[in-house]
Amino acid sequence: MTTNRREFLKIAGVSTLSLIAPAIVCPAWAKEKIIPVSNFPEALSPSKALTAKRWAMAIDASKCPADCVDCIAACHATHNVPNFGNPKDEVKWIWKEKFAAAFPNESHSYLGKSLQQLQLPVLCNQCANPPCVRVCPTKATFQRQDGIVMMDYHRCIGCRLCMAACPYGARSMNYRDPRPFIARINPDYPTRTKGVVEKCNFCQERLAKGLGPACVLACKEKALVFGDMENPQSEIRLLLEKRFNLLRRASLGTKPQIYYIV
Amino acid sequence: MKKHQWGMIALGLVIFIIVVTFPFWYGKGKTSPPPQLSLDTPAIAQLKEKRCVEDTSFMRESHMKFLGTWRDGAIREGKRLHTARDGRVFEVSLSGTCLKCHSNKEQFCDRCHNYLGAKPSCFSCHNIPGEAKK
Ligand code: HEC
Ligand code: HEC
Ligand code: HEC
Repeated sequence: MTTNRREFLKIAGVSTLSLIAPAIVCPAWAKEKIIPVSNFPEALSPSKALTAKRWAMAIDASKCPADCVDCIAACHATHNVPNFGNPKDEVKWIWKEKFAAAFPNESHSYLGKSLQQLQLPVLCNQCANPPCVRVCPTKATFQRQDGIVMMDYHRCIGCRLCMAACPYGARSMNYRDPRPFIARINPDYPTRTKGVVEKCNFCQERLAKGLGPACVLACKEKALVFGDMENPQSEIRLLLEKRFNLLRRASLGTKPQIYYIV
Repeated sequence: MKKHQWGMIALGLVIFIIVVTFPFWYGKGKTSPPPQLSLDTPAIAQLKEKRCVEDTSFMRESHMKFLGTWRDGAIREGKRLHTARDGRVFEVSLSGTCLKCHSNKEQFCDRCHNYLGAKPSCFSCHNIPGEAKK
């Protein structure tokens, strides 16, 4: 068979077009088959999950009303955090601390009444250089790609090295069975048992469903801002560029990711 | 004198053998019936095809390992969806998926585990739907 120049170009052109055809007219049956089952919530589709390069939080403590505990109540109800009713056994994911306790290095006697009386919400600092991860002998505490310092409760042996390592007291041990001390169990999140350490997880289980952290959504004053520190256009980055802010015990080198606007 | 000693030894041996073999002849002829697993739940009744997440034989033999991969995948790698071999998609959740279909945990999981003497400790943390307090 002899092909002239014109014939050859036609064939070459059609074959090239046929290469990109599937991308244009993708038939339904060629796509990945996803048959939704009743117990697969829409919210879990991977496209809805909130993702970031580096999750962080900014807290504008001056907006915090003195006796407001909305963020604490929302977090503790969502995560089945028990209330043992005594400070010795206390389990806490987010709680309030006086300025002098949260910022021992920055505080002195003539700081001014308004700062001295401030009650700041404090939680796990989700450190970029977390000492708790370094000391955990079972790797139950680990750092995710997006910076969240997370606990795998299945691996926790209750040795409490992480509690000793954390300079912020952000970790609590269950010295007793927590279940009887949970006012209302949220069926969507597991409880813990006696002998397991727990802490704030930056609501990673909610981020996977496209929901923001419970404490951030619960705050009526919008004092808590959550976002991606690696994105220069994110709300949190724009806010921190404008306002003076502090990190708790920055000199320790743990690189906390909770920024306090004071 | 010697004869007497042999008698005592023989008696001791007989008692020893009776005691050691006691479990065998005591339990002889008795069989414990295999557990009756109930699939009678609203969620399973609604299924057009009565299928578990993966093949029944695989689930029966390997659900403990399978749940282990679910757990590690969800927590360590953030894999919260499981695509079964036949293409159906499930949320990775012990309470939310397994116990949604098998909502009769007592007549299903527990019956088999009790029969076999297996004691999964998962439910000291994971909630059993409907049983959650208050
Ligand atoms: C000490 C308490 C505890 C025990 C015991 C426990 N889990 Fe969990 N498990 C959790 C918590 C808490 C989470 C949720 C972690 C998160 O999403 O932040 C979880 C999550 C999971 C998940 C993924 C999501 C979900 O909600 O199901 C699987 C699967 C799982 N566990 C399986 C198991 C299995 C199987 C066992 C028993 C062999 C078990 N777990 C025992 C606390 C526990
Ligand atoms: C979509 C509903 C559904 C879900 C979700 C489901 N199952 Fe099943 N499961 C079934 C049905 C229906 C059968 C019976 C299949 C058969 O008879 O062939 C079954 C059978 C089984 C069996 C075998 C029982 C036997 O006969 O020996 C085990 C074990 C089991 N499931 C465990 C689980 C576990 C563990 C999970 C969670 C990972 C789970 N199932 C999730 C519907 C479900
Ligand atoms: C057909 C019998 C059977 C059924 C039905 C069954 N299991 Fe099991 N399960 C077993 C056996 C056998 C083991 C292994 C025990 C062992 O290795 O010690 C086991 C172990 C487990 C383990 C691991 C325990 C551990 O300590 O690592 C989990 C978790 C578990 N089963 C969950 C379930 C759940 C949830 C269901 C109901 C949805 C279920 N099983 C139904 C037979 C069954």
